[in-house]
Amino acid sequence: MRWLLALLMAACALSAAPLAAQGTLPPAPYAYRQLDDPAQEAQATELMETLRCLTCQGQSVVDSDAPMAGDMRHQVRTRIAAGETPEEVRAWLIDRYGDYISYKPSISSVTWPLFAVPVLLAVVIALVLRRRLGGRK
Amino acid sequence: MNKVRWTFWVPLALFGAFIVLVGVQLFRPANDEVASAMIGKPLPEFDLRPASSTRPGLDTADLSDGTPKLLNIFASWCVPCAAEAPQLAELERAGANIVGVAVRDRPEDVAAFLSRYGNPYSRIGADDVSEVQLGIGSSGVPETFVVDGNGVITYQHIGDIRPEAVPLLLEKLREAGQ
Repeated sequence: MRWLLALLMAACALSAAPLAAQGTLPPAPYAYRQLDDPAQEAQATELMETLRCLTCQGQSVVDSDAPMAGDMRHQVRTRIAAGETPEEVRAWLIDRYGDYISYKPSISSVTWPLFAVPVLLAVVIALVLRRRLGGRK
Repeated sequence: MNKVRWTFWVPLALFGAFIVLVGVQLFRPANDEVASAMIGKPLPEFDLRPASSTRPGLDTADLSDGTPKLLNIFASWCVPCAAEAPQLAELERAGANIVGVAVRDRPEDVAAFLSRYGNPYSRIGADDVSEVQLGIGSSGVPETFVVDGNGVITYQHIGDIRPEAVPLLLEKLREAGQ
């Protein structure tokens, strides 16, 4: 009976090996390790929550277990530890991947209507309401 | 009366147009390729150890020695990288100088991959923490960059190289040499 259990455990251990891994190396040093300085780690986490994972697009690099997200966390943490500000690191990534890499909303020549249209609608609504309600008096 | 109709129909038409726009975009296949923003810019500084014992490592100076090169980002664990091996061999036969960057790979795995699928590379650097990959705006494997003789990136090919892409890459490589 005991040998059957041993055989079963060996089979489990073998089948537990990842079939389609994205790397044969252990994760980068700072992929799963926080920075020693809590203030720097807080800065890094806040930044990483607004960075897109390039493998599982739609997730942030803190949410993703993709190896590339781990390498991005390593990159962010080492840069923050070396004294760069979070916005400098974000700019470094945007220089390489464009605005797509960042989830932080920014006003640019393409995105300004997103911010302008709600303001415009609010103004129109205010005008209409004033005319309607004002007319009753 | 006319004015009431106008204020009724315009918002409805706008709403209808919005529904059509959302519907059309929903059924359009999404493009999940992320283009590098580094085209036309110089490579970052890096110095990678050799990824296998058969070829030297790779640093920035190797890519600014006057000869335009193909910089192929690959990995032994990547299936499309094996699929593009015949095309890389064809590019090498056509005279392209190809350097490789092996992402998150062990030397023995790289060696096994090369002995199985061929070795078109003049140099292979090991990118253990995706430092070069992130530095040049590459978002996956395989990707192939054209780098001119001064180390400036001039073109990016995303995904595996299909046979029909070989002439285009040779053309881009020729342009980079001018």
